[in-house]
Amino acid sequence: MNDTEAVKAIKGGEFLIRETPAESVFIPEEWNEEQLMIAETCTNFLAQHVTPNLARIDEQEEGLMPHLMDEAGALGLLGISIPEEYGGFGKDFKTSMLVTEKLGAGHSFSVAFSAHTGIGTLPILYYGTDEQKAKYIPKLASGEWKGAYCLTEPSSGSDANSGKARAKLTDDGKHYILNGQKMWITNAGFADIFTVFAKIDNDENLSAFIVEKTFEGITLNPEEHKMGIKGSSTRQVFFNDCKVPVENLLSERQNGFKIAVNILNLGRIKLGGGTIGASKEVISTAINYANEREQFGRPISKYGAIRYKIAEQAIKTYASESAAYRASENMEQATEHLIETGMDPIKAKLKGTEQYAIEAAIIKVNASETLDYVVDEGVQIYGGMGYSAEAPMDRSYRDSRINRIFEGTNEINRMLTVDMMLKRAMKGELDLMGPAQKVAGELMSIPDFGGSEEETLFSKEKKYIALFKKAVLMVAGSAVQKLMQQLGKEQEVLMNLADMLIELYVAESTQLRVEKLVGMRGEEACKEQLDIMRVYINDAAEKIFKSGKEAINSFADGDERRMMMMGLKRFTKTEDFNTTQARRNIAAKLIEENKYCF
Amino acid sequence: MKILVCISQVPDTSTKIMLKDNDTAVNSQGTTYIINPYDEWYALIRALELKESVVATDVHLITVGKADTEPVIRKALALGGDQALRIDADSIDPYQTANYIAEYAKTVGYDLVLCGKESIDYNNGSVGVMIAELLDADYIGFATNIQVEGTIATVKREIEGGEETDVVNFPVVIACQKGVAEARIPNMRGIMAARTKPLNVVTPTASAAVTTILSYEMPPAKAGVKMVSPDNMDELVELLHSEAKVI
Repeated sequence: MNDTEAVKAIKGGEFLIRETPAESVFIPEEWNEEQLMIAETCTNFLAQHVTPNLARIDEQEEGLMPHLMDEAGALGLLGISIPEEYGGFGKDFKTSMLVTEKLGAGHSFSVAFSAHTGIGTLPILYYGTDEQKAKYIPKLASGEWKGAYCLTEPSSGSDANSGKARAKLTDDGKHYILNGQKMWITNAGFADIFTVFAKIDNDENLSAFIVEKTFEGITLNPEEHKMGIKGSSTRQVFFNDCKVPVENLLSERQNGFKIAVNILNLGRIKLGGGTIGASKEVISTAINYANEREQFGRPISKYGAIRYKIAEQAIKTYASESAAYRASENMEQATEHLIETGMDPIKAKLKGTEQYAIEAAIIKVNASETLDYVVDEGVQIYGGMGYSAEAPMDRSYRDSRINRIFEGTNEINRMLTVDMMLKRAMKGELDLMGPAQKVAGELMSIPDFGGSEEETLFSKEKKYIALFKKAVLMVAGSAVQKLMQQLGKEQEVLMNLADMLIELYVAESTQLRVEKLVGMRGEEACKEQLDIMRVYINDAAEKIFKSGKEAINSFADGDERRMMMMGLKRFTKTEDFNTTQARRNIAAKLIEENKYCF
Repeated sequence: MKILVCISQVPDTSTKIMLKDNDTAVNSQGTTYIINPYDEWYALIRALELKESVVATDVHLITVGKADTEPVIRKALALGGDQALRIDADSIDPYQTANYIAEYAKTVGYDLVLCGKESIDYNNGSVGVMIAELLDADYIGFATNIQVEGTIATVKREIEGGEETDVVNFPVVIACQKGVAEARIPNMRGIMAARTKPLNVVTPTASAAVTTILSYEMPPAKAGVKMVSPDNMDELVELLHSEAKVI
């Protein structure tokens, strides 16, 4: 690949208009020996230290969570992606995703872990001065100090830049005096370091500050009573004339919002990784129960209604995972490419991540909703015991729900997905108009019924995905044209467009993963994965059709509507496929293995 | 003091064992392998503790296996140990395995050879004692505690109905079980260091196996549980007598 092609290959959002070769994606079946060893360490850590103590963790037993964080720190799990010069292990992004995934099955512990290693550490690592990094990062990497992140306020959640917290420089110019109230602060109860967002004087934008717990004027409210993740410390933090040394301003004045947004890009994909790990764990627990629980003289795993649920849990999880690691690899490649062009590694990391902010938002939404599906059906598979607080599904069900809310609600993330895509098109970074116009032109012409090209193992699915892209381009292109500036206010249409994009990206990622896997292991060894891909794509076609139809009917009428609906039907048409048999095959494998095994 | 720890690769405990070739071999396709828990949790960790407390100077690991055993031996290196040696041979015969290990051990001269009390696949429990015989060293099996002072090891071992304490001079081969040490999780530093630790491979001089496996058999499927009402002691007695044949 020459340089021009390399640049072309690393653009985020381009999945909508370009074909990705299967060999270019990273798939989880490619983890190397060292990465698998790290993953095993995480799994063993949960099994030995966290899982046996979940009830004590949820009761917030004094000192337990910080102790577990110390244990994780001693194993090196808090410094995976921190550069070695700051006491970390300098591992790549995919490895840190893998760790997040494996620890994602740790309920409240995984929240404390993710908050500490993500929003608690990364703002300082990415935006801190050398002095700030040298002072704080080694202690955060080892777990000696625990980190928290204070952005949300009672009146500013999704609208983060509207916060009321204020900072004022003292007359001697040595300190900022910080005042404000922060809410939903994860790890607040035991954090030593807070990254706090506040506006200096009457600035338009936020600034960020590194605040040590020992600085004067910090008080905490009692622990919040939450629906789930009860073991995660969540408190309000009050800053009352808190004196912050000027050298603790993070980055530049008014750069706080940018920090918050960029850190969230990483946080979103990581949240996706964590929920994938949780999904796998819940599926394994559910399968095990279905194999043990007998009704009418047979294990309930023998019944089709239960098999459907088990298969569907696995299909959604496998698909989410395919997308998450495809995007992780892309982020890493983009970062490496920018470093090669001479960019500072940390800037490159931020820029590389930002490139794939669309994909990160997609993964956050898809993986968190997959987990919610998985836990819901997990409760159902457990039947009456699923509703008992004595059985594990109760905790999984409650703990899952927060994932659709934090790191930007799924609604905000859906809007961002479309908004970022369109903004890139406006800026000329992404040529959406050309392809969209081409699709519009196709609506007038005689449809290509295909049939001439040679049928191969993946030709059908590849064709479907190419058509899904046309469906999205047609609806999105038309929505932009018809609604113009109004589109931003038509949130229902934005949700429809986002859902189409999400299904497209996840379906394509699944197809690419299975194609690459078949290349590695042969068709015979990938029978269930092929079934997963076929069911997912079959269902994605229907979801894309439904979202497209809702959108078209909301803004188009007359001949135009009829023509677009004809186009949408054509672009989402798939051949008849026995999804029941495919799900039975997938479930049979899972039941035989007695665990999630893909 | 130099310690040699014997590491055996075994199928993960959740693996479903499948047979092939007319039940004369185990089908290893799709099997996940782990370090034999007795080797890892007790023998290896105790060796590492002895090195950490500066009693031991060198901890070497040894395995008998083909290249596919390397991930397992590197995992052992991630836990600790200075270097590893893989004897490039495929052996499931305890005498042959012991011969390979003893042949190498003689060339270095270890004070202490530690292994698990048995491997959890074939459960022969005989490699350790055979190594001792071949090295002309003492042997202590079923060890639950190992203390070392100078060239003397004080070892507690489980015996029928109790415990025995033995004092032995080096060289000695000790087969370890629960109590000898506490399992550890490999940390990031260890995992990263494992990549650069020496893992040497040697081709053994020929040593014939003395056993041949004729065939494998799956254990009979577990019978279901028969529930007997607490009011019906006669039925229970009858079942224990005629079906279970225990009274």
